[in-house]
Amino acid sequence: MSSTILEIIRTKGDETESVGRAAYEHPLLVRWCHWVNAVSLFVLVGSGLQIFRAFPSFGAKIPQNDLLHWPKAFAIGGWLGGALQWHLTFMWIYLASGLVYVAYQIFSGNYGQVLFTHRDIPGVWPMVKHYFFRGGKPPATEPYNALQKHAYTTVIALGVLSVLTGLAIWKPVQFSWLAWLMGGFHWARLWHFLVMWAMLAFVFGHLIMVVLHGWNNFVSMLTGWKKDPEY
Amino acid sequence: MEPEPRKSVASEDGTATPAANEAAGERADSSSLALKGREVVRSVDPAKFSQISRRELLKVAPVLGLGIFAVPKVQQALLKKGLGFSDWASARLFRRGHHAVTYADADLTPVDQFPINDYDVDDPGVNLENWTLTVSGALQKPGEYRLEQVQALPKFRQNTRHVCVEGWDVIGRFGGARFSDFLNMIGADTSASYITLACADDYYESLDMATALHPQTLLCYEMYDRPLTREHGAPLRLSVPTKIGYKQAKYLTALTVTNVLSGKVGYWEDQGYSSFYGL
Repeated sequence: MSSTILEIIRTKGDETESVGRAAYEHPLLVRWCHWVNAVSLFVLVGSGLQIFRAFPSFGAKIPQNDLLHWPKAFAIGGWLGGALQWHLTFMWIYLASGLVYVAYQIFSGNYGQVLFTHRDIPGVWPMVKHYFFRGGKPPATEPYNALQKHAYTTVIALGVLSVLTGLAIWKPVQFSWLAWLMGGFHWARLWHFLVMWAMLAFVFGHLIMVVLHGWNNFVSMLTGWKKDPEY
Repeated sequence: MEPEPRKSVASEDGTATPAANEAAGERADSSSLALKGREVVRSVDPAKFSQISRRELLKVAPVLGLGIFAVPKVQQALLKKGLGFSDWASARLFRRGHHAVTYADADLTPVDQFPINDYDVDDPGVNLENWTLTVSGALQKPGEYRLEQVQALPKFRQNTRHVCVEGWDVIGRFGGARFSDFLNMIGADTSASYITLACADDYYESLDMATALHPQTLLCYEMYDRPLTREHGAPLRLSVPTKIGYKQAKYLTALTVTNVLSGKVGYWEDQGYSSFYGL
């Protein structure tokens, strides 16, 4: 985890006065990957839903029972062929940003900031109490609390699953073992769809927390520096 | 585990950069992930902090380059490139010796639930009595081939999955001659790149040679052990379990072995679908 902390001081004559602190929370590669991933996930979900519109079901083709009618206005690509172009283009950008991110986290050791491990388990219940049952706020000792780490670790795992389920749908013959692991092509398509909704649930919660945590927190994903961290 | 006390990198010359501090942090992290003790490594004035922040913000700016996908003029070209890259990767992933999974008869989709997909009409009115396949291009024996000549080749039956680009899939039973046997019979130059196919309903398709030579690629004249019905492409269609549904052309009328596709890849491909679409 990047833990450089700056003391921001104002000098008046001989006196110096501390006016705040700032922590370097997000290395440049992490910020790049975050925003590239955000854009590509947006495009992949939008175009994926347009692809889904071509056969909005997970049952038989004959007879076809549609699961839901997703409005075209909330989809990308205009038609199946156009949506596939977006999907098959941005999946590479999504994959690249994911690989760069994971490789960077592993080789830099920065993964400690987001990876939920057994050491974080004791911190889970106090945070649950704080978030959901008006409990007091546990003291922060690092950029992310136990629940944040849990969420980020989960969404990274979902990212991996989104790629694997997607690969099983795109190449069910060449990667027949992957499709088999998921219960066959038909199920792989359903898993891919469910993984998308799970990721959207994360994004929904993530955006709410970004709003609740305020401006300094948001800016930190742009500049890397979080002003006045709680730890 | 107690973390080791961390050294301040700024103390030596007072001008350490965030990157240098970060590097120091990484070294400390590798010894202990549960790093709790943090120190202030440097003091800056507000103006300096603003400068640092601005500089870091600018470094993220290249991500805005993705905005080029929002520019109408270049969008189509970029997406075409992306699709082309996917096709290139697909061709690399294709393995000639790798077979598509075949299924037991019990797994078959009932024949009346096997969808009939056309771009135009279910039955283009092929004259089955006088039907021939017109064969031309890079091969030794061009001409008109009758169905009996295809049927004289060794017959293969396979229960394979048919996957539509729309997302649905069925398992069907297909019977016919290996495309590779037919190509051998007509003396096709198998070092050529493509086979183009014309259909009775003006549909057209193409296959890369590697896929055409795949042992499961059939010139199919039977489905579910019965001669092809008109809606399913009588008298001859493709069954290519390593390809997406729209490649399984029906009502075949002509075949050309060629090295160039001269801008015509397939009916759907020419409207923006993937050219290779191997499964």
